[in-house]
Amino acid sequence: MINYIWLALILIGVLTAIFQGNVQVVTDAAIESANSAVELSIGLVGIMTLWLGLMRLAEKSGIVNLISKLLKPILKRLFPEVPENHPAMGSMVMNMAANLLGLGNAATPLGIKAMKELQELNEDKTTATNSMCMFLAINTSSITLIASTVIAYRASAGSNNPAEIIGPTIIASVFGTIVAIIAARLLEKFPLKRR
Amino acid sequence: MFVKIVQTISTYAIPLLILIIPLYAAIKKVKVYESFCEGAVEGFNTAIRIIPYLVAMLVAIGIFRKSGAMDVLVNLMHPITNLLGMPGEVLPLGVMRSLSGGGSNGLLADILKNFGPDSLIGRMASTMTGSSETTFYVIAVYFGAVGIQKTRHAVAAGIIADVAGMLAAVWICRLMFG
Repeated sequence: MINYIWLALILIGVLTAIFQGNVQVVTDAAIESANSAVELSIGLVGIMTLWLGLMRLAEKSGIVNLISKLLKPILKRLFPEVPENHPAMGSMVMNMAANLLGLGNAATPLGIKAMKELQELNEDKTTATNSMCMFLAINTSSITLIASTVIAYRASAGSNNPAEIIGPTIIASVFGTIVAIIAARLLEKFPLKRR
Repeated sequence: MFVKIVQTISTYAIPLLILIIPLYAAIKKVKVYESFCEGAVEGFNTAIRIIPYLVAMLVAIGIFRKSGAMDVLVNLMHPITNLLGMPGEVLPLGVMRSLSGGGSNGLLADILKNFGPDSLIGRMASTMTGSSETTFYVIAVYFGAVGIQKTRHAVAAGIIADVAGMLAAVWICRLMFG
């Protein structure tokens, strides 16, 4: 699926540029985006190194185990293929907690760590498992208590009450997450083995 | 009140984690410095490994956006969104939200400036931005880090959730502020 979307984005993009007689835009956009992708990744290096260092400590000292034990009943339902005491459970819990608090910087490294641990349970290393898809679906619809970036934008635009969108934001994201879980559950039944 | 509490938690969360985790580990007789570095090396390698995946995804999205194809797509979808009670002005943001975090923040700033942050459209745009994640970024980074190529239903589930969240944002804002 991702292969089709990727190709479609490029194909439609380049053709549109040609039809509008403005092909130069493609070159500029490609180079600019490639650069910003590298900048983004390099920007992640420091935070990623810091958080995975801290996570190793949390793991070795048993903090992660403690937290995942508390949330076991929910996690067991969402990820039936992951053994109860597997480290992936702990990392996924920490990732979701970080997302909930709006700590995006901490959430990404923890999520990547969870993916690596899910990959250990995976027999076919190039194909996503049900648990991976469920984890990603929940992540992409992330529930955040305080959308701090949005509030900052609203404040700088001169809003009388920048934080008034917190309530609706939580409701909308909870709804999105519920739909994500249902969608992942239903879609995993279909054998999607596309390249 | 609720906002204050959550904001305080958010401010203190990281300093407290940085304090408590090493302290607790030391009490549990973990070799803190060595273990930290062990994990840190792994973090460094992962961050470097996602670069190619991110380049591939961001280049495709960049071309699609800058070429004007995004505008065409939005125009094509207009009749459908009208039917769902969604103002046309927030549709580009809805599409962009799944593709690019920077791009959607730019669109949000633009909408807030042109329509005002306290207008219905401004509130809808804010709620839509806050209630969702950049699906394609998350998928590229997370799958890229472990080398998954066949993503199966992850993209479809992510997009369905994005659409659901977006519609929920529109309807809730109509209900609360409309």
